[in-house]
Amino acid sequence: MLWRPEFHGRLISVNDMFSSIYFYDVVAVGISWLANRDDDDLNEEDSLEFDAGFGSIIVVDNLPVVPKEKFEKLEGVVRKIYSQIGVIKENGLWMPVEEDTGKTRGYCFIEYNTPQEAELAKEKTNEYKLDKAHIFAVNMFDEIDKFMIVPDTWAPPEDRPYIPGENLQHWLTDEKGRDQFVIRSGSDTEVLWNDARQVKADPVYKRPFWTESFVQWSPLGTYLATVHRQGAAVWGGASTFNRLMRYAHPQVKLIDFSPGEKYLVTYSSHEPSNPRDTHRVVLKIFDVRTGKVMRDFKGSADEFAVGGTGGFNGVSWPVFKWGGGKEDKYFARMGKNVISVYETETFSLIDKKSIKVENVTDFIWSPTDPIFALFAPELGGGNQPARVSLFQIPGKEELRQKNLFSVSDCKMYWQSNGEYLAVKVDRYTKTKKSTYTGFELFRIKERDIPIEVFELDNKNDKVISFAWEPKGHRFAVIHGDNPRPDVSFYSVKGGKVLKLTTLKQKQANALFWSPTGRFIILAGLKGFNGQLEFYNVDELETMATAEHFMATDIEWDPTGRYVATSVTSVHEMENGFNIWSFNGKLLYRIPKDHFFQFLWRPRPPSFLSPEKEEEILKNLKKYSKKYDIQDQDISVLLSEQDREKRKQLKDDWERWVNEWKRNHEEEKMERQTLRDGEASDVEEEYEAKEVEVEELIDVSEQIIQDV
Amino acid sequence: MRPILMKGHERPLTFLKYNRDGDLLFSCAKDNTPTVWFADNGERLGTYRGHNGAVWCCDVSRDSSRLITGSADTSAKLWDVKTGTQLFSFNMDSPARAVDLSVGDKLCIITIDPFMGQSSAIHVKRIAADLDDQVGESVLVLKGPVGRINRAVWGPLNRTIISAGEDAVVRIWDTETGKMIQENDKDVGHKKTVTSLAKSTDSSHFLTGSLDKSAKLWDSRTLTLIKTYVTERPVNAVAMSPLLNHVVLGGGQDASSVTTTDHRAGKFEAKFYDKILQEEIGGVKGHFGPINALAFNPDGKSFSSGGEDGYVRLHHFDPDYFRIPSI
Repeated sequence: MLWRPEFHGRLISVNDMFSSIYFYDVVAVGISWLANRDDDDLNEEDSLEFDAGFGSIIVVDNLPVVPKEKFEKLEGVVRKIYSQIGVIKENGLWMPVEEDTGKTRGYCFIEYNTPQEAELAKEKTNEYKLDKAHIFAVNMFDEIDKFMIVPDTWAPPEDRPYIPGENLQHWLTDEKGRDQFVIRSGSDTEVLWNDARQVKADPVYKRPFWTESFVQWSPLGTYLATVHRQGAAVWGGASTFNRLMRYAHPQVKLIDFSPGEKYLVTYSSHEPSNPRDTHRVVLKIFDVRTGKVMRDFKGSADEFAVGGTGGFNGVSWPVFKWGGGKEDKYFARMGKNVISVYETETFSLIDKKSIKVENVTDFIWSPTDPIFALFAPELGGGNQPARVSLFQIPGKEELRQKNLFSVSDCKMYWQSNGEYLAVKVDRYTKTKKSTYTGFELFRIKERDIPIEVFELDNKNDKVISFAWEPKGHRFAVIHGDNPRPDVSFYSVKGGKVLKLTTLKQKQANALFWSPTGRFIILAGLKGFNGQLEFYNVDELETMATAEHFMATDIEWDPTGRYVATSVTSVHEMENGFNIWSFNGKLLYRIPKDHFFQFLWRPRPPSFLSPEKEEEILKNLKKYSKKYDIQDQDISVLLSEQDREKRKQLKDDWERWVNEWKRNHEEEKMERQTLRDGEASDVEEEYEAKEVEVEELIDVSEQIIQDV
Repeated sequence: MRPILMKGHERPLTFLKYNRDGDLLFSCAKDNTPTVWFADNGERLGTYRGHNGAVWCCDVSRDSSRLITGSADTSAKLWDVKTGTQLFSFNMDSPARAVDLSVGDKLCIITIDPFMGQSSAIHVKRIAADLDDQVGESVLVLKGPVGRINRAVWGPLNRTIISAGEDAVVRIWDTETGKMIQENDKDVGHKKTVTSLAKSTDSSHFLTGSLDKSAKLWDSRTLTLIKTYVTERPVNAVAMSPLLNHVVLGGGQDASSVTTTDHRAGKFEAKFYDKILQEEIGGVKGHFGPINALAFNPDGKSFSSGGEDGYVRLHHFDPDYFRIPSI
């Protein structure tokens, strides 16, 4: 590190050069990101601020040392190499020379217009062989600091005393068994208890500018993730929300937790310097608890935008799908004609190879087992049929395959226990002018995975929505071409598809099963303006119908006791949310302008064994007694409080009115004078007089002639 | 009971006023002719022709003999209620916005809009008993508020003038000195334009409605905030029942941003609130545009609403209404 002293000497002027940029970025730094500064050690903070200023400068080391005469030639060569990658800023190439001899020092600085270009340049030219003796060592200017603080002698790290962490699951121990949710409206993000007994929301924690784009709960509810310009952060704790970890990822756009919340995937896409290029995509996988980057992926947007529509900038999110249940053992992504499955022990491809699947367009993991289903449409104009396959990991064995003919589209739906897989197949009719729909039901847990083929009563009906009962064996379908479609319920118990019922002409286009099954909401969103029907599938009866006008989102709480319907800011008006009981009773509503998000805090799965749950269900009366009494107490308390409050308001009002009356009396005489002695303020004190007025309108004379 | 639809105006309604006896209803609209109706059956009695611009406000004398109207044609006119003849015209050089007759009907407030570089102002005119003595000069001019003064009314005993308007501040002025006595507390006051103001029968308290989607009840003497009524739409019009502890708020989504999705989206309802508990107790639907004007019959047994849709709707309450338990 020859250049170290020189670097120090220049630092101030370089700093001046970028002072404007630097200032801008410090102002823009997210408040939450820098919040709790005190508990951060100094180094981290410094590097953060450097990030802000010098991100687009790289240091190229191991250049040849040349005398004065050859300076220009070397500069030309360097410029040529580096302007291929991006646009070098004006005066952005600076090669220091020794003052006395004029010899170069074997390194230079290059500044690009954007940090992304600099990053790319570093990636591409690090270890670039100019010739045998000169292999470039390229580093970000920002990282200099990191190298500087490396002490010359190694000292063993100090033993840090163990500080027991907070109980991150503390919210589950709530005495009243309530659930939490987070809402985002305007610039505020707020976590509240759903206190349904008191029919109100009880605030837990509120913070303005907590996140810069959105918030997300981890799948088991332990963490709340916020997203900032500099990266993502997770929050949690026993009593309040403390920041537990940060994950640096500049310009992060999307995040995704693994189902067991061990890992966090972050995603960003960056404008290319050349407008003809595609966007560059960066994905990082962090260990949630340690904050360590386990693996990162970089590439052009094309590589990651295979199959699937929607998502962000053409990439279907999540790019990496997690499999193998809550153990977070595998994750996979689809590429062109391949499915790449990684395992989390080494974060590398299983067997160092991707699975080759010609023309694959969609794949989806079983929610519980390391099995995924994939769909590949027809190839070669129907010579090679479309197929749905089930693969098991890590063996990569194909468990089951089904060929399908004249398929226009396919959608796969796993049941939440991974017992069933339903594949909705849209097939062309013979004329190829229209399509009809059928279903293939895979019974995963049975030997050889039998497949049941099943069609709706009228197979030409368009299927609008399909949903499995969570943990159950039933599913619901909205189908029909009418403005008001039909809703049908089916059961697949015992290997046979049995229709339970069909509800005709419903104003519904979306299905929301309770997380515990049995109850379902048939919702008419968008065009139906928020129609809700609460339906009991055990009894096959409607419990309630209601409306939340313009509702955009519906979410059951994790226990299936309550439902939240919300109108988010896609509509200009009506913003806010309603909380309903499972049977369709409106408990309370909270209007909020500029309402963006409502998310229930998920709960981890119950520790009770199925037998124990059965037993509780049997003796429900015994258990519920205690809660009934509590409910009773609270409702008495509430009505008592209510009465108190009303009485208070009434008394206050009476006081005002009495004072006004007194004032009015006092001023009576003066009013009378103002009205020229007219005595009364009140109508009744008038004396009604009848006055007859005769008005002569016209007098005309006319001679009436005798006939 | 079914409301009576009164279609006499071609443009949006701006103001409604009952006379003291409650048998006549005066309506102002953006078409140029204030109209008088029988308050009982909604029959049109006559119009007052002479204005050349939108008529914003009116007031009628205690004995129902004279009507004063304020118009965007920069004049305020005094009319004979019975014959419809114009008795006098005050030239204001700027659109007249609010008018209000004092106790005793000897004085009248006329507010003018900011116009051609001129600032808004509250003028007080003398109303002569004998028309021959009537002059156009102002006895008092109050200036200060920024933007339109949407409402100005007399306080108790004509000692004060209460004004409110675009700057969202409610002010009390001394009529003796012409000085401002009080502004409302900024922390509790309205956040947006105050669109309407309604006094209680005895002038002891008044209600203001604002585009900030709320209405507030104030003490006329101390300007203390007593109640706040929160709604979901901008409030264009307010009224207080003289009989029960009810207040009515009217308004709706701004006419220029009315979407075509659903008539319910606009919320063009007259909403009833319990005056004391500040809770919504009911609503009267019907208009297909925002409500711009509301007025209670002095007997408290009927009320009327005027909308952007050009209709006046006259509602006589059902017997059920009077059985709404208060508290």
